[in-house]
Amino acid sequence: MKFAKITAAALAATLAMPVLAQETKVIGVSIPAATHGWAGGMNFHAQQAVDRLEKVYPELDFVLATASDPAKQVNDIEDMLATRNISALVVLPFESEPLTSPVKAVADSGAWVTVVDRGLAIPGIEDLYVAGDNPGFGKVSGEYMVSAMPDGGDIVVFRGIPTTIDNERVEGFESAIDGSGINILAMEHGNWNRDDSFTVMQDFLSKYDKIDAVWASDDDMAIGVLAAIEQSGRDDIKFVLGGAGMKEMVAKVRDGDPMIPADVTYPPSMIATAIEMTAVGMTSTAPVSGTFTIGSVLITADNAADFYYEDSPF
Amino acid sequence: MTATETQPSRAAKSVNLKVLGPILALVVLVIVGAALNGNFLSAANITNVLSRSAFIGIIAVGMTFVITAGGLDLSVGSMAAFIAGLMILVMNAMLPAMGPGWPLVFVGMLTAMVAGTLAGFVNGFLITTMRIEAFIVTLGTMGIYRSLVTWLADGGTLSLDFGMRSVIRPIYFDGILGISWPIIVFALVAIIGELVMRRAAFGRHAAAVGSNDQVARYSSVNVNRVRMLTYVFLGILVGVATIMYVPRLGSASPSTGVLWELEAIAAVIIGGTMLKGGFGRVWGTVIGVLILSLIDNILNLTDGVSPYLNGAIQGVIIILAVILQRDKKAES
Repeated sequence: MKFAKITAAALAATLAMPVLAQETKVIGVSIPAATHGWAGGMNFHAQQAVDRLEKVYPELDFVLATASDPAKQVNDIEDMLATRNISALVVLPFESEPLTSPVKAVADSGAWVTVVDRGLAIPGIEDLYVAGDNPGFGKVSGEYMVSAMPDGGDIVVFRGIPTTIDNERVEGFESAIDGSGINILAMEHGNWNRDDSFTVMQDFLSKYDKIDAVWASDDDMAIGVLAAIEQSGRDDIKFVLGGAGMKEMVAKVRDGDPMIPADVTYPPSMIATAIEMTAVGMTSTAPVSGTFTIGSVLITADNAADFYYEDSPF
Repeated sequence: MTATETQPSRAAKSVNLKVLGPILALVVLVIVGAALNGNFLSAANITNVLSRSAFIGIIAVGMTFVITAGGLDLSVGSMAAFIAGLMILVMNAMLPAMGPGWPLVFVGMLTAMVAGTLAGFVNGFLITTMRIEAFIVTLGTMGIYRSLVTWLADGGTLSLDFGMRSVIRPIYFDGILGISWPIIVFALVAIIGELVMRRAAFGRHAAAVGSNDQVARYSSVNVNRVRMLTYVFLGILVGVATIMYVPRLGSASPSTGVLWELEAIAAVIIGGTMLKGGFGRVWGTVIGVLILSLIDNILNLTDGVSPYLNGAIQGVIIILAVILQRDKKAES
């Protein structure tokens, strides 16, 4: 008797399954692991967005996967498609080339695809592209430099890991300072890393007797640069401009540190924008396809409080 | 070592070449650097280069013993990052109770030394007692420590409390008679390492184990104990390097110590230690470390070379330095 009851229940559950699966939509989120500060912040905001949306939309289910390299990310996405039957994928590609065909396979299966920050190698695969504005990041930084140094001057520039992102930023920066009298003494890769930028700045200080300002282009690199300047005891460097919006740096801007008068955002929370918009697209009739560009904003002492996120690790 | 004893005439020549190779490379680099930039030989630049070499240098001295005994440790970079994170967390946690000051710095140092010893012991235990390949064990622990520091830092950066940072800062930036502490500690570690390798029974045992562990065993050398000790010493030295590293920027993140293991191994090999074990030269390792840091320094001080090519230039010089001291034994 008992046996029959269990069988009946199991049968009912099996029959009910497909109906349930149609009602609950699964959104896959695939992002690089937290291997540096910015990615750490991005992971934090992704988790926050997922936690919040699971409460708001009971009919949505989220799968969050973090990958430490492109190959792992490809596996994650293939697994999501094969085993979780995702209706939508939010992906921040580790690298454009290797991720293009697996993401295309997801799009071909009929699922919605949202690409964040780094575009795919072939345009038109994604339904929604939430992008940071890298040339704009360089442009805002360059314009600030020009306004802070109206008489021109000599600067050194720190570049990130050699990538398209880095090239676009530097090109935007160079065109913004073009003809302003600001002279770039040297550029070197600090790899978005404190230790590397510390070493490079030490060497720049040995190489040049006078440096007016530094475009560190990243807040982690700015920390290394500041430590090297402090060690040298030199006072010819008037300020260091970082970028991204790390909370320690935003705090310095807010508190009026003369060496860090400003910062330029490249918000890791753009992943949250992408997840939220995808959820809206899945649950409502509001159109969300297209490209959504998140502009880089100049943070100064006046607006710094708005960009300080107490709980974020970044 | 063995060649010197069996074939005196030929060995004298090859030993000269082997010894001169790395020194020659170092001298050439110094001349090139001085010719390219007037500030290259300034006291500030020399201090910078030597201090920043200290982390890899201290670790590489320990790595010399591990490699001499026929082992390998890929985990040291991740281990350094993990220990740095741990040291910062412990100091931050004890700060309210102890207040900023030297007692707390000593607690941090003790944390680093204990963590380093334990980490080295774990590697050694898995390699000797559990008899797993050193490459596999340390590849595993490399991933474990890297993940642990990422987890401890929540993906971001672990930063030492600001008040504490000014207390601990002198460990990297100050020193005696204008010589900064990292340079002094590096020199001491190198001298002690050289003495142990040349004069102490342990150094000879390590070489014997790396050369042929069966023969060493029959010669009543406790092979497992020697191997275990090389990993424990390396762990302790990683702790020492971390004590020098944390004061510099007062932070640790998942990008701390990335590729330190390969730089340390490269320095050891450039210095004339054999990768397959059996022969080690601590002072050669020191020269290897200096060569690697000088390449970076010179590339930063000069224009004209695309920074994209830094890695290629480093690779060429590493290979050249090893070719210069190629053992003639292979031909005979």
